[in-house]
Amino acid sequence: MSVQTETLTDRTAAMTQAAMTQTAARADTAAIKMLARNVKVYYGPKQALKGINLDILENRVLALIGPSGCGKSTFLRCLNRMNDTIENCRVDGTLQLDGEDIYGRMIDTVQLRARVGMVFQKPNPFPKSIYDNIAYGPRIHGMATHRDEMDEVVQKSLERAGLWNEVKDRLKEPGTGLSGGQQQRLCIARAIAVSPEVILMDEPCSALDPIATAHIEELIDELRENFTIVIVTHNMQQAARVSQKTAFFHLGDMVECDDTEEIFTNPRDERTQGYITGRYG
Amino acid sequence: MTDLAQQGSRDMTMAHPKSRYQSAEFSARLRARYAAEQRFRAYGIAAVSLAAVMLVILLGSIVSKGYTAFWQNEIRLTVTLDPAELDPQGTRDPKVLAQGNYMKLIRDALAARFPEVTGRNERRQLADILSNGAPFTLQKMVMADPSLVGKTVPVWFQASDDVDQLEKGYIDRSLPEVQRRVNDLQIKALDSLRQDGSLHAGFNTTLFTAGDSREPEQAGIWGAIVGSFLTLVVTMGLSVPIGIAAAVYMEEFAPKNRWTDLIEVNINNLAAVPSIIYGLLGLAVFLNFFGMPRSAPVVGGVVLALMTLPVIIIAARVALKAVPPSIREAALGIGASPLQTVMHHVLPLAMPGILTGTIIGMARALGETAPLLMIGMIAFIVDIPNSFTSSATVLPVQIFMWSDSPERAFTERTSAAIMVLLGFLIVMNGLAVYLRKKFERRW
Repeated sequence: MSVQTETLTDRTAAMTQAAMTQTAARADTAAIKMLARNVKVYYGPKQALKGINLDILENRVLALIGPSGCGKSTFLRCLNRMNDTIENCRVDGTLQLDGEDIYGRMIDTVQLRARVGMVFQKPNPFPKSIYDNIAYGPRIHGMATHRDEMDEVVQKSLERAGLWNEVKDRLKEPGTGLSGGQQQRLCIARAIAVSPEVILMDEPCSALDPIATAHIEELIDELRENFTIVIVTHNMQQAARVSQKTAFFHLGDMVECDDTEEIFTNPRDERTQGYITGRYG
Repeated sequence: MTDLAQQGSRDMTMAHPKSRYQSAEFSARLRARYAAEQRFRAYGIAAVSLAAVMLVILLGSIVSKGYTAFWQNEIRLTVTLDPAELDPQGTRDPKVLAQGNYMKLIRDALAARFPEVTGRNERRQLADILSNGAPFTLQKMVMADPSLVGKTVPVWFQASDDVDQLEKGYIDRSLPEVQRRVNDLQIKALDSLRQDGSLHAGFNTTLFTAGDSREPEQAGIWGAIVGSFLTLVVTMGLSVPIGIAAAVYMEEFAPKNRWTDLIEVNINNLAAVPSIIYGLLGLAVFLNFFGMPRSAPVVGGVVLALMTLPVIIIAARVALKAVPPSIREAALGIGASPLQTVMHHVLPLAMPGILTGTIIGMARALGETAPLLMIGMIAFIVDIPNSFTSSATVLPVQIFMWSDSPERAFTERTSAAIMVLLGFLIVMNGLAVYLRKKFERRW
């Protein structure tokens, strides 16, 4: 038993070592915000992720690409423990945020999700006013005590999401009355209103038209200054446009992760090559 | 060669006419499909029409039998409030006034009105045209205004139920006297009263203000309405909070395992248990074991709450399930705790559905009879209940009891009470529809 445990620890250590050398070898000197080591996810008896190792760098946009069902969204949802809401879902391995194990016993999921926000595939504003959509998060976290402060938080969040000018005269109207692109920006504004450190985006543009998509992409680029962003996308051009790092997932494995430019111009693995050139996926 | 080619091409055209979808076979198939659709539509219309006809027959029979109960015939007599009978000492003491011989005053008034009627037996028959509650009417009047003593005043008295039925045309005047509940002498007196305007039909306020009575003209549904109200207050107070809490726990927090499956199956089963079983449970547990009062709205309410709980739980769970998961994810994603997610987002969105289920459950409880029979709410209760523990009956039980009474006048009152009950049910169901429409939201 003990021997086995030892080997396992050794292996993990070796892997961490390898990953660290890999990181050190990279040109990018940004700090590691989140870190995944040997992450395995099971839905009941079915294994969805087969041991993912990945570093998420601070103030960088990491794009997760890969064919449908390869585990990108599953991995994303591990990062703020949204998988907890799914029955029979089990997560193994190490996931850290600023060096703290997010599946550890000490971590509180409410606090974690306040630090790691999420934007979903389908815009999902609350069926409340635009104002209340933004103010809800700050309110439950006690971030603004006075009405004035709250107004400021709401305005700032909407401005950063590039939505302020469009909705400033109708903050009392329901958020569900906005167009799809506006709703998604409202959801981004709602996510940044609670000042998270990391924002996870699960195909945020898949339900939007090209103009709304362009809006959101610009927005992601601006948000990078203050937040660490992980984005799942099916759109390779989008990954190339908005991200600095790209990770390619395939059948529950992380095939390779590198600078976006490197992945798209000079992929090391032939599966990556096949996917980005459109041979399958 | 050319022939062969031509023949070949002709064969091709024969084998493949213009298109598969233009062939005769396909048109026939298409006609059959349309015919099936027409038949299905016809069945549907027939079913709905049949239901509508049945409903019209039901409502028509109730209304046609019951609408006359909203009127009550009254007879005016000029009564001399003789101080010698009511208050010999002239103290105007309410205790003395209450014990006055009002019946004698009424008999005197009748004798004065019909001097031609002399015999002792005839006089008694004459007095029978008035309700035997007439002395109480007079007593109440004098007690309310003692200054009337010594005066001669016209007073409207309720006619007896037989006279009332005669006036409403339910008793055939052409029948031989021995088969008639109103004899010739009484009919003559009534005709004379009608001639000078001393007999008229007014709105039957007694029906809406009195409790039950052996005499139809003095019987009302107010006691039953109050009983129903008190019972429903208890039912609602218990079943709504418990039902919603149970549904929220089961739907949002409980793990899905064999135990919760078992509980779910049991709740669904309980919703289908015959209601009289709940009555037996109430009898065994609340009355016999806990010794709670018999015929009391509090026990009735608890029993009906047990009966309504599964309905509310099921409706609330369905409503909670209908809230899209994206709303829960949105709230959890910005760091709301599970309880905040439910309280701030999921429950408000599910509320219209829960309210609808609750109101429909309450409407069912309002119309429930069987379990209340078991816990003694079928007692004959004259007084209006004034607390949750005083003896009471409820509307449907009142209807049941009246429908059992032999008097013709109770038949129309039964129908009238059914109309009132249906009115409450329609209002409640209408409210459920209105609330659903009003709070229905799109997401």
